Amino acid sequence: MNIMAAHSTERQIPAPTPTPETETFWQGMRDGKFLIRRCAGCGKAHWYPRALCPFCFGDTEWTEASGDGVIYSYSVMRRAPEPYAIAYVTLAEGPTMLTNLVSCDFDALRIGQAVRLAPTPTSDGPPVPTFTPVG
Amino acid sequence: MSIRGKAYIAGAWEHPTRKAPDKSLAQLHAECARGALADAGLTKDDVDGYFCAGDAPGMGPLSMVDYLNLRVRHVDATDIGGSSYIAHVGHAAEAIAAGKCRVALITLAGRPRSEGMATGTTPRAGNPHQPDVQFEYPFGIAVANAYAMCAMRHMYEYGTTSEQLAWIKVAASHHAQHNPDAMLRDVVTVADVVNSPMVADPLHRLDCCVISDGGGALVVVAPEVARSLKRPLVKVLGAGESVKGQLGGEVDLTYSAGRVSGPAAFAEAGVTPGDIKYASIYDSFTITVLMQLEDLGFCAKGEGGKFVSDGNLISGVGKLPFNTDGGGLCSNHPANRGGMTKVLEAVRQLRGEAHPAVQVPNCDIALAHGTGGLLGTRHGGATLIMERE
Repeated sequence: MNIMAAHSTERQIPAPTPTPETETFWQGMRDGKFLIRRCAGCGKAHWYPRALCPFCFGDTEWTEASGDGVIYSYSVMRRAPEPYAIAYVTLAEGPTMLTNLVSCDFDALRIGQAVRLAPTPTSDGPPVPTFTPVG
Repeated sequence: MSIRGKAYIAGAWEHPTRKAPDKSLAQLHAECARGALADAGLTKDDVDGYFCAGDAPGMGPLSMVDYLNLRVRHVDATDIGGSSYIAHVGHAAEAIAAGKCRVALITLAGRPRSEGMATGTTPRAGNPHQPDVQFEYPFGIAVANAYAMCAMRHMYEYGTTSEQLAWIKVAASHHAQHNPDAMLRDVVTVADVVNSPMVADPLHRLDCCVISDGGGALVVVAPEVARSLKRPLVKVLGAGESVKGQLGGEVDLTYSAGRVSGPAAFAEAGVTPGDIKYASIYDSFTITVLMQLEDLGFCAKGEGGKFVSDGNLISGVGKLPFNTDGGGLCSNHPANRGGMTKVLEAVRQLRGEAHPAVQVPNCDIALAHGTGGLLGTRHGGATLIMERE
């Protein structure tokens, strides 16, 4: 297997299964908006999206995120039909989220690298929020 | 209420099988139950408490209590993944101390090897009502890559190296050579580990535990029961448990739930890491061991790489003998849940029944610690401290 040539864009990403709590998030992804939840009480943004703030149990509301972030950690799954890069990306708004790094050279990935939102389509569902290195 | 000295581990038995295509899951549980009760010198009719976790077939304890035909007055099916069985010992001690039961049976069994399960590398869809699934399963979160991200971050923050992680596998292999039941009995070198195929960066094949069938069981009893038996007295000194997740998005992969469960167990036991003669540390991956050792206080955070190097975990060589049965890295990992075997080897050490080549001299205080679930997303941690009386 030539791992140097492997890119996660080749991997078919399964569609997420929304819940009543997250329908708006996934509709946002269909509409080209990347939404996160922010607490109306304490003001903190969190991930993954919840109706109740995980910091203070206050009510939360949707807000559009910038899509900018940096790699907190990552790992390239080599033992897979199509290798792919899983990662935690820390958003400019604060929270760190699990995602994939796509359209990139897996061997050039580094913690601390700047990334930006690059959604990936799913076969029978909304696009999912994946990221790609900047520059 | 403290559980210190309120219960004893009287029976401990590990199934010798590593591949059991001809046995049912319930049968494996039953064989383990029979083995542990025989080891204690008790019968099934003495059991009045039963403990199991998610590996047991059926709803919680219902099917297994019925299959084993037990008459119980206390049950507990706490499931914190592979760390469950370590927590169960503490829970059993609590129940015994509260008078809820006198003879508690804990069983674990599984056959992922016979079922051809690609345990570490296959993303599993899970229940869509599990709130994290829709935000994680699409990205291919599996087991190996979840732990790998912890290793990657640890390397970034503390300069930990693949060679240092490899020492953990090397130590396990030195022990496994003496275990006739171990799946992997060849002694390996640091070079063997770092040159083995990459599974999920930075974890190589030999950084990963085995996939095996098998199981084990424990019998935890009240003090007066323990004293009536002919087995060495292994006293429960302290226990702790916790769950750690993504902290609302304030993700920190550098530490585990052991940071809470460890100090709780040490405080209850009234001992410190320096008192521990032998440690069973859950070794799903090499990084799991390194992070848990730090969180339990055997070394400072970030110093784990240095601590595990140069054979420091090898019995008779280093300062902290660990997993002298070969652990999950070399011996077995029944049901993909390593907590049970961690307690079993600690009991062998305290009884002086470990293989002579790896038996720790004067082993009077031992620890077992486990991580269940995924270290890199959400996991349970459980710590148990035991003393030979």
